[in-house]
Amino acid sequence: MRPFVYEQPTNISAAVALASRFTNSDDAPTRANAQFIAGATNLADYMKLGVAQPDRLVDLNRLAEPALRQIRITDDGIRFGALVRMGEAADNSEVKRRYPVVAGSLKLAASGQIRNMASLAGNVLQRTRCEYFRETSWPCNKRVPGSGCAAMEGFNRQHAVLGASDACIATYHGDFAQALIALDAVVHAEGSRGARKIPFAKLHRRPGDTPHIETDLAADEIITAIEVPAIPWARRSLYLKIRDRESYAFALASAAVALDLDGDKVREARIALGGVATVPWRARTAEQALQDKALDEASAKAAAEAAFADAEPRRDNAFKIELGKRTLVRALLETRDMKV
Amino acid sequence: MDAAAPKPKENMGEPLPRIDARLKVTGQAHYPADLPTANIAYGALATSSIAKGRVTKLHLDDARAVPGLLDIVTYGDMDKFERPKFGNTGATSIGPLHDRTIFHDGQIIALAVAETFEAAEEAAQLIRADYEEEKPTASFDSPGTKTIPAAGKSPLFKEDVKAGDFEAAYAAAPVKIDQRYSTPTQHHNPIELFSTTAMWEGDRLIVHEPSQNVTGWKVELARQLKIDPARVRIVSPYIGGAFGSKGPMTTRTAIVAVAAKRLGRPVRCVTSRMQAFGTQTYRAETRHRIRIGAGKDGRITAFAHEGWEVTSRPDAYVVGGTSATGRMYDYGSVLTHVSLVQADRNTPGYMRSPPETPYVYALENAMDEMAVALGMDPVEFRRINEPKTEPIGKKPFSSRSLIQCYEQAADAFGWAKRDPKVGAMRDGDWLIGMGCATAIYPTAAAPCAARVRLTVDGGVRVQCSSHEIGTGVRTVAAQMAAERLGAGIDKVEVEMGDSSLPPAPVSGGSISTASVCSAVLKACDAIRTKLFAAATGEGSSLAGSHNEELDVRGGKIVAKSGASAKVEDVFKTMQVGAIEEYAEFAPKSATPQALKKLYAGQPEFHGGESDEESVKYAFGAEFVEVRVNSYTKEIRVPRIVGAFAAGRIMNTRTARSQLMGGMIWGIGQALHEATEVDRRYARYVNRDLQDYLVPVNADIKDLQVILVPEVDHAVNPAGVKGLGELGNVGTAAAVASAVYHATGKRIRDLPIRIEQLIT
Repeated sequence: MRPFVYEQPTNISAAVALASRFTNSDDAPTRANAQFIAGATNLADYMKLGVAQPDRLVDLNRLAEPALRQIRITDDGIRFGALVRMGEAADNSEVKRRYPVVAGSLKLAASGQIRNMASLAGNVLQRTRCEYFRETSWPCNKRVPGSGCAAMEGFNRQHAVLGASDACIATYHGDFAQALIALDAVVHAEGSRGARKIPFAKLHRRPGDTPHIETDLAADEIITAIEVPAIPWARRSLYLKIRDRESYAFALASAAVALDLDGDKVREARIALGGVATVPWRARTAEQALQDKALDEASAKAAAEAAFADAEPRRDNAFKIELGKRTLVRALLETRDMKV
Repeated sequence: MDAAAPKPKENMGEPLPRIDARLKVTGQAHYPADLPTANIAYGALATSSIAKGRVTKLHLDDARAVPGLLDIVTYGDMDKFERPKFGNTGATSIGPLHDRTIFHDGQIIALAVAETFEAAEEAAQLIRADYEEEKPTASFDSPGTKTIPAAGKSPLFKEDVKAGDFEAAYAAAPVKIDQRYSTPTQHHNPIELFSTTAMWEGDRLIVHEPSQNVTGWKVELARQLKIDPARVRIVSPYIGGAFGSKGPMTTRTAIVAVAAKRLGRPVRCVTSRMQAFGTQTYRAETRHRIRIGAGKDGRITAFAHEGWEVTSRPDAYVVGGTSATGRMYDYGSVLTHVSLVQADRNTPGYMRSPPETPYVYALENAMDEMAVALGMDPVEFRRINEPKTEPIGKKPFSSRSLIQCYEQAADAFGWAKRDPKVGAMRDGDWLIGMGCATAIYPTAAAPCAARVRLTVDGGVRVQCSSHEIGTGVRTVAAQMAAERLGAGIDKVEVEMGDSSLPPAPVSGGSISTASVCSAVLKACDAIRTKLFAAATGEGSSLAGSHNEELDVRGGKIVAKSGASAKVEDVFKTMQVGAIEEYAEFAPKSATPQALKKLYAGQPEFHGGESDEESVKYAFGAEFVEVRVNSYTKEIRVPRIVGAFAAGRIMNTRTARSQLMGGMIWGIGQALHEATEVDRRYARYVNRDLQDYLVPVNADIKDLQVILVPEVDHAVNPAGVKGLGELGNVGTAAAVASAVYHATGKRIRDLPIRIEQLIT
């Protein structure tokens, strides 16, 4: 492990100032000399493996602003402070009641120990677990831009079938982000150029030619809060996660679904797909396919077909297309049948 | 009594808690990488990123510039030492620093030694190699493999067993199957990482390393370093997961010892989990073709089992499970053949029931297919083909309680409620399937020595270099001594895991309980003989009693007549403070050289199918319920029941724990575990516990272990059949059969995953 300087600023502006001083404004955050750290459940691993090599870590855990650690529930929705731990949010009774899809996505992620460490903002920014990214002897465009992609023709069972490019097929593995993108969440960020709000759907970038640029954030910008708007019908929502074992595994396919039903007719559907795409994935065509339709197995299947119409399989991950569709069908029907 | 401490039945010992349980759960048991702590320098390995070729140049300048770097051991530095040898003691003949040739992915190219662990890691990561690369061969179906017959290539696999005329019987059989099965590459991934700590005291070398074979390693390490074995000591008091991975010594040990000698300071090297995939042994992938022919009455007339196993280029590692599958049922005719397929891979090695896990998986999956083809209940099918003698040598089984195991497990499982029709059982969106399979493991024992001391205060000390790999051998050795010397278990102290103690064989092949307990028994009986001689002397209260009328209980020597003498007083008569006996046990069929070989670290194994008068196996039956989601096809295992008979059960708690662990591993082998090999580069891809999946707590629900009473005096003096490896044999086949019952899909390639069911 390379030596690094460890900073513990005590307020947001000091954290931003530190990062600003030790990064170039055009650095990709993932490659910047100074990087933020909160729960250390992802970055610390990657530093040990030599995948991430920041010279300086800016630890956010001592930031004094109380809002960073609060879950505030108002008529406008829920505001999660960036440093709220996943476990705390998952166990919050109002989150569970108003947004089962949010609570479910958190509860089904990682392990109890990790959920108690990992911050919500850090969770949405977690990096891919692509095996070829994790191990520095392989070529990887995300880790070393321009070095190539070993996964493309390699062992790619867990890789993405949606949103991939010729440079990268690494999956975005997070669960929470699927709930957030489905519910039109908004991210509050603060950097040297001031504070701003970013629609969650604009936070992550598809890999394209620059898979090392993963988000819209600048290297000196931190997430301070995540807001989920008030959606009364989101009580009819759930997160379904399909994986190789019962717990502590990434999704092979997952679906975040919220339904506004009029009888069995769909007024509005929100659908996001996990485990199958390079970024948090809102399936708008599937939502549209259900609009004003009666939700039954046939319409759910049609929506699933629409969601995966553009999917591109590789050698080992072709099953994810069929699995992704079935996961969505099952999630839609289970959401329909929820007692709310 | 709770489930963890089953009530002993006939021929079973008490469920005493492990004598080291408290130490372990309170962090007071010191594992080899915990000690020593003074003046340690840290080593980190640099490993190859190619699988085949040659290192033309190493770039060490960046590594040397790391503050705190002390030394780099690499090519040239091992030249004056002997190359490693492949065998029971050595993991491979590939001497990674003796030769610039790269034989496999992740081969050691250097050891960086520094003042801190972090600096050593940083330096190791900065070591870069230039290679002359060649196209490597990854596995089966890769261009460049070489296939050779396995028989005779290894002392562990002498011949392909056969009986009768298979071809004729198979051709004539009215019902038959001909199918292919496969098992994947698997790596042990024990939670305790692999490590070596080497320190020199003058010309004496002490190595702290988790080991299942301290005596063998002492001899082999001394050979490599060209020193007297008497100057080498291997210390391994506790081991955090072994399962064969810490059986053969790897090439790292000598390299770390050389680093410590060069520095004049203890050096500790803890291998990273990723590096363990290339520097340790593993279970290689296997393929199988099985043909079974039977009459319409379900009687098998023909059985053929062909196996293919991947190994490295230089070393013929063979498991050859046909020895067990060929003797499992009353087949009539048997034909077997095992082939080795050489590829550019590290040398495989032992993993829990090395031959039986893959081979019995194939056999038992095929048996279920055959039962389906016959329209017969799979339990009934096995009952019909229960043999009186084994089909190869026509020898009797020393004991065989397979049918009792099936009956008791079936009853506890509720097999009678199973609707045999495929897909007929359902719970909402979940399809229910039920399957069963046989477990078998050969019963062997090896020569073993032990020293036992009884002191005047009633204390007992047992010394034996055997290894506490989590099986509870320390506890059962204490139980044996406590029972024979009439002491409370709290008065018994057991020292193990140190090559300076009386030698024990490698803790592999499920031989430890039988071998160690037989040696401890012999030493205790020698102490009893001395006590009895003194206690029955003229004028004493027990005068005239014969030894067989005497026992030692609660600090007294007690005669059948009721007369007794205090042990303390007998010590007074003898005018001694302690009686100590050193005993050597050798199995009945041992050769005259057997004990000499024990001290040389090359113990003979006896038992299984090799004895003249009978074959010796432990058996079990496992029943599994699976649930498969009808939409998304994920497979869960809500219930598993296993019944096992293994002769004398020394301790029902540790026995259950072993069998339970095996069954859980079996579920993992069925559904989760596989090392993925990148076929282009012959490199392992999922080299950590994030992507190398094993069952977690949530995957294991209702698990029941039934211990079936069995008495077998023929196996060894202790009457014990090893059961450490029995539990994970057959489990995967039971799961595969249950998946078939639920879905109608017969999955023959492990692990069984969603993608095989969804398309």
